[in-house]
Amino acid sequence: MSSVEAALPAPDFTDLVRLEGVQKYFGPVHALRNINLRIGPNEIVGLIGDNGAGKSTLIKTMTGVLKPTSGRIFVRDKELSLDDYSVAMAHDLSIETVYQDKSLGEKQPLWRNFFVGRQITNRFGFIDIKREKQIANQILMDVIGFRGAGISVDSTIGNLSGGERQGIAIGRAMHYNADLIVLDEPTAALGVAEVRKVVDFVRRIKSSGRACVYIEHNLAHVHEVADRLVVLDRGTVVADLSPRDMSVFELTEYLIDLQQKH
Amino acid sequence: MAPQAQPRPSLLSRIEGLPIILVFLVLLALFMWLAPEVFLQPFQYTTFLSTLPPIILLAVGLTFIIGAGEIDLCFPAILGVSGFIFAVIFKEGQSDLVSWIGAKDTDWIASYGAGQIIQWFAIVAALAGGVLVGYVNGILVAWIGIPSFIATLGTQFLWYGIASILSGGKSYALRGAEQSTVWMAVTGRPFAGSSIDWVQQIPIQSLWTTLIVIFMWFILNRHRFGEHTLFLGDSNAVSKVVGIDVVREKIKLFTLMGLLAGVAAIFLTLENKNYFGNQGQGYLLIAIASVLIGGTSIFGGRATIVGTIFGCFIIALVEPGLVATGLTGSWVNAARGLIFLIAIVFYLYVDEPQRRANFLARLVRFRAFGRAGPAE
Repeated sequence: MSSVEAALPAPDFTDLVRLEGVQKYFGPVHALRNINLRIGPNEIVGLIGDNGAGKSTLIKTMTGVLKPTSGRIFVRDKELSLDDYSVAMAHDLSIETVYQDKSLGEKQPLWRNFFVGRQITNRFGFIDIKREKQIANQILMDVIGFRGAGISVDSTIGNLSGGERQGIAIGRAMHYNADLIVLDEPTAALGVAEVRKVVDFVRRIKSSGRACVYIEHNLAHVHEVADRLVVLDRGTVVADLSPRDMSVFELTEYLIDLQQKH
Repeated sequence: MAPQAQPRPSLLSRIEGLPIILVFLVLLALFMWLAPEVFLQPFQYTTFLSTLPPIILLAVGLTFIIGAGEIDLCFPAILGVSGFIFAVIFKEGQSDLVSWIGAKDTDWIASYGAGQIIQWFAIVAALAGGVLVGYVNGILVAWIGIPSFIATLGTQFLWYGIASILSGGKSYALRGAEQSTVWMAVTGRPFAGSSIDWVQQIPIQSLWTTLIVIFMWFILNRHRFGEHTLFLGDSNAVSKVVGIDVVREKIKLFTLMGLLAGVAAIFLTLENKNYFGNQGQGYLLIAIASVLIGGTSIFGGRATIVGTIFGCFIIALVEPGLVATGLTGSWVNAARGLIFLIAIVFYLYVDEPQRRANFLARLVRFRAFGRAGPAE
């Protein structure tokens, strides 16, 4: 067991993920137009834009769910063969995606959710429950920070709040040493206090030396936590800015102006 | 979340199947009180030991299927098909073999114990038949993507039809079966020499069934396959995201059901020493009801072997219980149906907080406005 909080060794690459000239067509629809994007090794990148701007298509292309029509994808400065790139390969390259509501089995206990698909078993496939629970407990305490929150490894996911579920899913991705964690609208449909928890989890991703792509509708949330904001509009990157250069208010005005130009 | 330190699991959740065990004990006590001449004698229980194993094996298989959010309506036909394969090879395998190789003198075949070997082969063939039927169900559901209710409804008719074509509607009486080593090993009476009369009647299939049930409990609760089963029942989308091969696991599930139904078919046919045309047809609702009474969720994602076993006990208890207390057989199915529905409502209320809230809200609205509002 490696301690997840330990500093990762200094990377010998400049960009964790780099897209160059990526195009994606769905039939006649030009969903992504000449996307150039780089994600640094310990960078929180907020991906913002209106509905239909191409945010989801972009992360699906980045994580191997969708194949780009043309362009080049580099992971740790090595070019990928676009025909081979898949979700399984993304996992092998330590890229994990946390979906808003599809990441956890609701009726299952927490510890099973941490290990399902990668169980600790003997050679006959029987699960080492004691060990799994022990590690799950450690993740719960150290990585996610659910100390004394009334949650144990035996809690059923269905009894947790939306924010806690996001924490579990993010903690699982961190435990499996994902270098890049993609969060697909983790705060959609969450209350104020829950959003606060999710933002704290994103900070933990940063402090543990990992990178994160954070798709978000709410500009205030993403402005608070991101190192860099990438604005998408109708399939193109229209701005790549630092949250320090623009307040939430200015950002909002900027996005509204974009809409009105249409 | 409440801010207490560590939530202690309630007694209800610490002992698997506790509510249903209590219901069983209450029913048993009730029948002991109402009909002591039947329920305080050992013979009723040795009878259970020989009639329950097929039901329990089917219900355990169904616990996996329903836990995975699917349904199998085809297993009664496996009792038919596997039972037929077993009976026909067991009874006529040796003479068919003799005429096939064209031997005139059959004594030399018998002297090598070929008859016994062929009867053992009957077991293998019957199990293979069950596995094949289950595998085809799995392909239809998981690979082709037909909803399991429809797919297995279709295959039930198909396989019953095929068994009926092949057997020509005949039944096969396995006279003298108790002389064979197969019978002794599979459904024999190991304590037949005992001086106590009820001990003589203890059937060995109750031991085999107990071992299978314990093994399946470990598979469901401790094995990777059991965990995948429950996640499949929870959500196919989540299962895919966490890396479960949904198609492969579903094919395995239906194949397992086929195998268990094959074992049940052998127990049933050998215990009755008879195969008859629509063997197994009474088992559909009994097995499904046992699983759901036991507390496995009709929506999948949660399954309990212990609950299923006690569900089987309750379903089995009703018939002799009602008859012994003086009611006619017609009451039996009515009582089973009633117990079934009460159990479903109880589990909905306990386990699905969302539905419970909706139900209570509807009740409140009903009282307030004098009419029920639409469900949200």
